[in-house]
Amino acid sequence: MKRTIALAGLGAAAVAAILLSMRYGAVGMDLAEVLAAIRGVGEPSSVTIVRELRLPRAVLAALVGGALALSGGAFQALLRNPLAEPYVLGVSSGAAVGAVAWIAAGGLTIAGVGLPAAALAGALFAIALVLRIGSRVDRGLDVRVLLLAGVVTGSFFTACILLLLSFQQADAFRSAVFWMMGSLAGATWRAVGFMGAVVVVGGAALVSLARAFNALSVGEETAAFLGVPVDRVRRAAYLIASGLAAGSVVVAGGIGFVGLVVPHAIRILWGGEHRFLLPASFLAGAAFLPLADLLARVVVAPNELPLGVVTSFIGVPFFVGLLRRQARGIEP
Amino acid sequence: MIVASADGRGWRARDARYRYPGGTADALAGADIDAAPGELVAILGPNGAGKSTLLKLLLGVLEPTGGTAEYEGVAAGLWEPVERARRIGVLPQHEEPAFPVTVGELVAMGRYPHLGPWRRPGPADRAAVASALERCRVADLVARPFATLSGGERQRARLARALAQEPEALALDEPTASLDVAHEMEIWEILRQEAARGFAVLLTTHHLNLAARYADRLVLIDAGRVAASGSPAEVLREETVSRVYGWPVRVEELAEPDRPGAPQIVPLRPAGISGFPNP
Repeated sequence: MKRTIALAGLGAAAVAAILLSMRYGAVGMDLAEVLAAIRGVGEPSSVTIVRELRLPRAVLAALVGGALALSGGAFQALLRNPLAEPYVLGVSSGAAVGAVAWIAAGGLTIAGVGLPAAALAGALFAIALVLRIGSRVDRGLDVRVLLLAGVVTGSFFTACILLLLSFQQADAFRSAVFWMMGSLAGATWRAVGFMGAVVVVGGAALVSLARAFNALSVGEETAAFLGVPVDRVRRAAYLIASGLAAGSVVVAGGIGFVGLVVPHAIRILWGGEHRFLLPASFLAGAAFLPLADLLARVVVAPNELPLGVVTSFIGVPFFVGLLRRQARGIEP
Repeated sequence: MIVASADGRGWRARDARYRYPGGTADALAGADIDAAPGELVAILGPNGAGKSTLLKLLLGVLEPTGGTAEYEGVAAGLWEPVERARRIGVLPQHEEPAFPVTVGELVAMGRYPHLGPWRRPGPADRAAVASALERCRVADLVARPFATLSGGERQRARLARALAQEPEALALDEPTASLDVAHEMEIWEILRQEAARGFAVLLTTHHLNLAARYADRLVLIDAGRVAASGSPAEVLREETVSRVYGWPVRVEELAEPDRPGAPQIVPLRPAGISGFPNP
C-alpha cells in the first residue's frame, strides 16, 4: 500500500516535472499556456515552441532519466554491487568512441542521424565485446569476470577517445567533449520515438526479471535453488540493461549519476524489492532528469550547462543527505 | 535417460562418484545413501570428506562422474530448476544479501517457483508464507531487516523461505554451523517437526551428538567413501569415529527420555598425542 502510494506520487512528480520544465526558456509561459499549446491552441509561435521544441525535449528527458535509472537498478542487481551503474561495463565509452570517431571524420553537426548511428554502433560493439570476454572463461556468465571485462574494455575505449581527441581541432574537440557531457539540445520527436520504444521493450523485459533479481541479490546459489535460471537471467539482464543505457547515450550523450543514485534513493526510502524498485526507479529518473535539464537550460541562458554536470551538482548533495539520514538510523 | 527405480521415494544414490574437473582423485569415490519421506538423514564426516559434494550430486548441482544420484527415481540433474524448487527446499551454506532485505521479503521469495514472472501472490501464496513463518517461529520478525537478525534468527528465516516453497523435502548444508546451543536446538527441533510432517530431510553437519539424537539415520563419509551408514548406534562406534576423525573418542549413552541410549561422543585427551601438551 505504501509502495502503491509511492509509485503514484512518483508518477505525478514525473508529469509535474515535465510540465514545469516546459514553462521556462527564451519565452516564459504559464501552465495554462503550455497546456493549451500542447493541444494546439494559442499563439502559433507558442504552439510551435511547445510542440516542436519543449515537449519533445521534456519527454525525451523523462525517458532518458527513466531508462538510466532502470538500467542502473538492473546492473546493481545483476552484479550484486551497489556501485554498479549503467556505464560501468563500458557502454558509454563504446558509444563515445563511435561518436568521437564520427566527429573526427568530419561529421561536426550534432543533429542528423549520422552521429547517433555511430554512437549506437560503438555502444553495441562494446556490449558484444564485453559479453564475449565475460562468457569466455567458462560457459556460464561469471559476473565478476563480466565486471572486470567491462571495466577493462571501458578503459581501453577511453584511451581510444583520448587518442582521437588529441588530433582534433578546437571545434571538433569542443563538440566531442560536449557530446560526452550529455545534452538534450538535439531532442526531436524521432529521438522520442526511438527512446520510447527502447524504454517500453526494455522496461517490460526487466520487470519480468524482477523476481529473479530479488532472489539473485540474496545469493546466486539460493536463486538457483529457488528455480531461477541464473545464467539465462544474467545474460538477459546484461543485454537489456545495456540496451537501455545505449539508447540513452545515443540520444543524449553521457549523463552520469542518475543511474547510480536513483535506485539507491528508492532503496533507502521504500526498500529494494525489485518489482517495486524497477518501476519506481523509472518514474523517479523520469521526474529527475527534466528538472535537471530545466536548470541546465535556464541557469546561464541563453547558453546551456552540460546536463551531466547539472545532474551531479543537484544529485550529490541530495544523496549525501539521504545517506546521512540512513546513517542516523532512521531507516536501518 | 530417466531411470525410475521401483521404490524410488526421496533421495537415493548408488556408488555415486564425483571428480572435480582437473582433479587427480575422486572427491567422492562411490557413495550409497537413501533418504525417504518422513526421514531425517544426516551426512557426517571430517572437513573435506565429500559431504557437500554428495549433497550437490543429490541436488543435481553436480553431475556424477560415475554411479547414480536420484531424486524420486529421476536422475537429480534432470529435474527442471523450477520443478525441483517446488519439491525440494534447499539451504545452501553461504548466502549474503547484496542489498537490505526484510524477513518478510526474504521468506516471500520462497514463492518464486510457484509465481513465475508476472502473477501476483494470491491467498494460497500468503497462506504458505504465513505457515512457514509460524513453523520457524519468525512470524514476529517479518518487518525486521535480515541484516539485523542474530545468527539463529537468520537461519530460521532462511528455513522459513525454504518451507514457503511448499516442498516435500528439505536439504541443508551445515544449517547449524556457528550457532549457539539454543539456536542450534531450535533448528534441529524444526527439522524434526518437518520430518514428522512427512518431509524427507537431508543435511550435512559436524555435530555428531545432536545428529545422533535427532536423525533417523546417519551416513558417515570418510575420504570420499561411506565409512558407516545406518542407525546412530550402528554408525557412531568408538573405533569408527576415532579412525574417521583421527582423534580418540569414547561413546556414552544418552540418558534423556527423548532418545534413551543414543550414542554420545566424548572426545578424549589422552597423554602423548604428539605436538600437544599432556592433560
